[in-house]
Order: sequence, then structure tokens, then C-alpha cells
Amino acid sequence: MQERTYRGRGVAKFVGKGEALVSRQGISFFGGVDPTTGLIREKGHDLCGQDVTGKVLVFPKGKGSTVGSYVLYQLKKNGHAPAGIINVETEAIIATGCILAEIPLVDKLEVDPISAISTGDYVVVDGKEGRVVVRRG
Amino acid sequence: MYLSREEERMLSGEEGLAVQKAMQLLTALGEVFGAERMVKIESAQIAGVSYGNIGDAGMEFLEDWADLGGKVRVKSTLNPAGMDLDKWKEMGIDDEYYQRQMRILKAFEKMGVEITCTCTPYLVGNRPRSGAHVAWSESSAVVFANSVLGARTNREGGPSALAAAITGRTPCYGLHLEDNRVPTAIVKVEARLESIFDFSLLGYTVGRILGSGIPYFKGVLVRDFDKLKIMSAALAASGGIAMFYVGDRRRTADKLEKVCVDQRELELSREKLSSEGKPDLACIGCPHCSIQELRDLARALKDKRVKEGCALWVWTSQGVYDQAKDRGYLRAIEGAGGKVFTDTCMVVCPLEKSGYSHMVSNSCKAAHYVPSTSGLKATATETYLVLESVMEGR
Repeated sequence: MQERTYRGRGVAKFVGKGEALVSRQGISFFGGVDPTTGLIREKGHDLCGQDVTGKVLVFPKGKGSTVGSYVLYQLKKNGHAPAGIINVETEAIIATGCILAEIPLVDKLEVDPISAISTGDYVVVDGKEGRVVVRRG
Repeated sequence: MYLSREEERMLSGEEGLAVQKAMQLLTALGEVFGAERMVKIESAQIAGVSYGNIGDAGMEFLEDWADLGGKVRVKSTLNPAGMDLDKWKEMGIDDEYYQRQMRILKAFEKMGVEITCTCTPYLVGNRPRSGAHVAWSESSAVVFANSVLGARTNREGGPSALAAAITGRTPCYGLHLEDNRVPTAIVKVEARLESIFDFSLLGYTVGRILGSGIPYFKGVLVRDFDKLKIMSAALAASGGIAMFYVGDRRRTADKLEKVCVDQRELELSREKLSSEGKPDLACIGCPHCSIQELRDLARALKDKRVKEGCALWVWTSQGVYDQAKDRGYLRAIEGAGGKVFTDTCMVVCPLEKSGYSHMVSNSCKAAHYVPSTSGLKATATETYLVLESVMEGR
């Protein structure tokens, strides 16, 4: 088993862990993710049909309507929130949603998270320390 | 990020859970945007009110925060809701939508927010003085506050504006800092600008071309608040613009983008905001009508009436509605067959429930959003043409 630790910026200061789900595309939670099931439903998205529940979502940054912050909150209440989020560089929609919903969020890793982390890796997102641990194999 | 002793206390939870969560949100956003400290605010304008817009997710969040004991510390006003609070049935709104919209408003009321429900808070008592720091989240009001009133605000989201109201603070970055309030683009206008619609089209065109930044309309002299109001809305609809300058000004950014807006560019915007076929629903009031606009409308409707199968819907704030009632403008508009709705607008209400299929408006912002928010076709044009399309002689 291989384990690596990367430093980053802790934006939402909570801790979570789970299997990674990695996308090269931005995610719009409003319209793009079903708040009652956690399924990604944006047509043409490389994660369309995938379930975000309990996963560590890795993607460049949020996009779309600011209502997306509330969708993250609703996912949490419905038990379908991701365990953590890693962005290349986050923005206000994801940052707001993660803080409201207490989902750990780390960005600005010392490496590009989209190439350093693969779907299926086991990842710990430590928003308190601004750190990500990736286990593979 | 530096926090004062009082702000540290808020963050540690000594002032309650709602204040703590609000401060967590603001400090995190401050770090994301590189703020060095917080700044005290004088007022908040909170968006994310319409049930159709924020849905059950937003409703539950607001109720939870109200239950945690959240209370606003500064004057706080509210964006339009998804329906007229009295005449919702006339808009085709069903009972379930009504109930949920009212739950959202009750949550805001419990937190001490004034239930103003308008995008023009500056016309109904939330008018910051020049230089005041505020946290506003209605995009057209943000532009108006920064550019016309001289107040200072970033483009806030609904939750961040609410958090700012609850703590009385917002992270100090962006347009709160003097150095960031200088023009980044100079706009040369080579077209005649006269009507309210001309200014809406100009705003829409510049927003479309620039996308972001602070445009400086050099030599464009305009003091008419209604023109500045509709231009503010359009700039923030086609682009992410939060501030502009008109008139004459010397200080600009070192690297200045240059944009020329001629008749051809304006026509291009107009084509983008045109739909095939005859409009059946005329809408005036995006942003919400001022008392002057309602006066002009009342005059324009003299000896006219709404055609069979068409409608004229006018949108304003409760405050301006009351004034218009006293001055007889309402009677004139309603006498011609028009309806005047308050607390909501064509962009945030479920307009598809109206039964009409093609909206026409003098507001480019309205024509920009309506096709995606409610599925109606939309066209933007001059005010007199808006009226002509649904009115006939009496």
C-alpha cells in the first residue's frame, strides 16, 4: 500500500474520509446533483450517473448558480453529502456550501489533485490542518 | 486573517451558534478571497428569497438558522419573493408554493430581516450614504449602490449577505478597498442614448463584451436614476459587473481595456434578446418600478386598454405601490386593464403559471433570464413598443 500526504489550504475546517471520485470538469450542484439521492445528473458531465454520497469529490472548482451552496446543505441533511471536497482552487459557491453543511474542503494542494488522485483511491480530507492523505492499493 | 477580540468571540461560539456559523462562513470566504480583516457594515440586502429559486434546500437552511437564534445586527432588507404576497392567486400560484414561500419569509422575519421583498431597497428606505460599507446580494442593487450611491459592496451571495447581517461584518476585500474601485475599461459610446431602453441595451452590451471589471462610460452624462437603475441591472445580467463610472473622471487602472459601442453592437444585443412571434405578456419593472416610472406609465396608458388574450403586468415594491395608490397612478394602470404586482417580479416568480407564452419588456435583464427561469419566449424593446404590442385604443 502506498500512502502520500499533500499540504493545502483548509477552507472548511472539518475532517472526513472516503473513496475518491475525480473529475476534470467543474461541478454545478444546483441542477447538476440530485439533492435527494446524491446522483450527478448533469448531461455530458464525466461523472454523470455517479453517486457523491460518502465520496471524496475531487474537481477543479464550482460553477453555476449560487443556490448550489444550499444544495450541498440539503445533501447533508438527506444523508447524501460527499465526505469531503478537494478543489484545485475553490470559489464562493462551494466554500459557502461546505461551511454551511460542515463538509471538509481543502484546496490549493502542492500538487495538481486531479492528476495526483485517482477515482477509487482512499482519501482523508483534513480541513483543520489543511492536509490531504491519499492511500492506494 | 486578523480578527478583533469581538470577532474572535463570535467565532468561538460565545455569542451563540448562529453567530458562530455566520463567522465561520465569513472568515472562510475572507481567506478564499485574500481579505486581511473584517469591516463593519451598515446594511445588508439579502437575496435567495424566492421558493422557486432556493427550493426546499434553501428553505430548510433558513429555518434551521432562524431556530439557532440568528438575529441581524444591521438594517437588513430582502430581495423579491416568488409571488405577490396578497395577489398570488392572480399569478396562478398554487397553495403548496404559497405555503413554502411563506415559511421562507417567516424564517427571515424571525431573524429580524425587514420583509421588503424588492430589488430596489434604495427606493424604500435602505439607502446607504456615500462611502458606507454594506453587504448586498442583489446583483442590480450591488451595481447601483457602488456606482450611483457611492456605497461599497462586493457581489454577495444570499448566505454570505445573511451571515454579514448576523455578525454586522463582511470580509474586507474587493470593492471594499479604494484601490480596487478604479475603472479597468474605458467605453466609448458611438450611438444616441435617449430612452430608458437605450440605457438597458448599453448596459447589456458592455456586460456582454467585458464580462467583468469596472467600465468607465467616458463623457456619458446621465443623472436620471431610472436610466442608471436599468443599466445597472443589465450590466450584471450579461456580465459579472459590480460597478461602473459615468461622466468625467481622471484616475484609472494602469492597464485600461478599450471598448467601442456603436449602433451595430447595440443591434447585436437586441437580436440576442428577440424572439419570433407576437408577445402576449408585457412586463415593466425590472428592476422594480420607481414612482416616476409608474407616473409615466399611467400617462402613457391614457385612452388605451389591454387587448383580448394579452396582459400588462407591472412590478414594483410595496412602498412604491402605496405611493402610487395615493397619487392615482394605480387606478390609471388598472383602469387600462394592467395589473400591478408587488414583492416579486417576472424573473423570480413562476411566470409559466401565468398561461402566457411570450414576454416583452423594456428590461434586457428580464429578457435575458425569463426564457431559462420560466420557459417563456422573451423580447426586449423600447417601452412604447412594449405597450403597443399588448394595448389598443379605447
